[in-house]
Amino acid sequence: MSQSFEPVVIGFTCNWCSYRAADTAGTARVKYAPNVRLIRLMCSGRLDPTFVIKALAGGADGVMITGCHPGDCHYIDQNYKALRRFLLLRRTLKGLGIDPGRIKLIWASAAEGMRLAAEINQFVEEIRILGPLGWPRWDKEVTQNENIKEVA
Amino acid sequence: MNGKPKFAMYWASSCGGCEIAVLNIHEKILDVDAAFEVVFWPVMMDAKYKDVESMEDGSIFLTLFNGSMRNNENEEIARLLRRKSKVMVSFGSCATEGCIPGLANLFPAQEIIDTAFNTESTDKQNEFLPEPNCDVPEGKISIPMLNTRIKTLEQIVDVDYYMPGCPPESHQIADVIDLIIKVINGKADLPPKGSVIGAGPSTICDECPRERNIKLITAFHRIQEVAPLDPTICILEQGVPCNGPATRSGCNARCPRVGAQCIGCYGPAEGVIDYGARLITSFASVIDSKEPEKIEEIIDGIPDPTGQFYRFNLAGSLLRTGASNWQKNGH
Repeated sequence: MSQSFEPVVIGFTCNWCSYRAADTAGTARVKYAPNVRLIRLMCSGRLDPTFVIKALAGGADGVMITGCHPGDCHYIDQNYKALRRFLLLRRTLKGLGIDPGRIKLIWASAAEGMRLAAEINQFVEEIRILGPLGWPRWDKEVTQNENIKEVA
Repeated sequence: MNGKPKFAMYWASSCGGCEIAVLNIHEKILDVDAAFEVVFWPVMMDAKYKDVESMEDGSIFLTLFNGSMRNNENEEIARLLRRKSKVMVSFGSCATEGCIPGLANLFPAQEIIDTAFNTESTDKQNEFLPEPNCDVPEGKISIPMLNTRIKTLEQIVDVDYYMPGCPPESHQIADVIDLIIKVINGKADLPPKGSVIGAGPSTICDECPRERNIKLITAFHRIQEVAPLDPTICILEQGVPCNGPATRSGCNARCPRVGAQCIGCYGPAEGVIDYGARLITSFASVIDSKEPEKIEEIIDGIPDPTGQFYRFNLAGSLLRTGASNWQKNGH
């Protein structure tokens, strides 16, 4: 099991720094783990904790949140908002029995392609050690009731 | 038998507060009696499940179903009443989102049984565990079996309308009853299926008379640990965790008006996918710090974030349970 386990990691990136860092890594042909699926947001401050919870409930083993370095936010200070949400969310998830190590906040500037790639690789390895999260797919659960409409 | 439309109300896993809220509509209860034939309402009258089974499918016009799905009896009656009812209302927080019983989903079901029957508070531990099936001189008897987790009504059957609240406010119940009576008399149409009825679309903050000054806070306090709150200023901005920003309007901000924080019994506001996540967002907005260590220190003031953010909503949230619940059940 552990040998064939490939972590599914969702990575949220911000348009101005971390997405461009990933772009820089790509342009420079820097390899990073293909386990991460990057989703671009305009800002880490756009990150609704719902996105993270939905990812975990939908089969992700870990979620990476990335943004501009403190003080560098394109929208002045929204990355601090992301930081506060992240810290609150991590505690809440811990109370639900989800290892706090399954979500991670990483700051990366547009120039830090190498660093972001290294951080991604490291996070994927950390999730590999934690193993699959395996949250039941409640949204796919079919009840025996004949009246219920199946939700895709 | 008369020609009046039939009415039923049932309690699954609940406290009985919803029934009291219905009776609390005062003289309007006479309108219910005038407009409906009450065929099944265990708290009010004697009726047997087999009476309901013998009714024609779809013959009950309106069923108000309160309570969450804790055991197989709850589920069985939910299916039965769904089959017999034209309009099925998920009534109150338990049926709609799991409510307080839903917090049991943070633990494996076996742990709940152990706590109830096998702790210091129990005389003769282990001697009185409930037997699902039992032989007595009169024959075989059985009791309902606990589900591994609390489910909401809509996780079991198709629901027509949702009515939030713990319990729903009586004036809202009265309005809904008035509407249904109008529908019966052909003077109004039923709202679109899946609507939330007896509540507003917005948040408690919208109804709250307190002033919000976008003030930031440096500490969270439990309400009993601080001096009486300023009655004119937002409770959250005074450092007391208030769930109003994510909670659906409809109660007229009843708690904040009398100096208590909103605990979120009206459930998620319109458009909120995960109630706890939305609250995390709003709490994060008032914390006045940019330093991780300081932020951690401030949120230490919320001793149980999971309980704070999912107090009423766990069973209806995206994750639905704590991890230990499904891990122990070998899901």
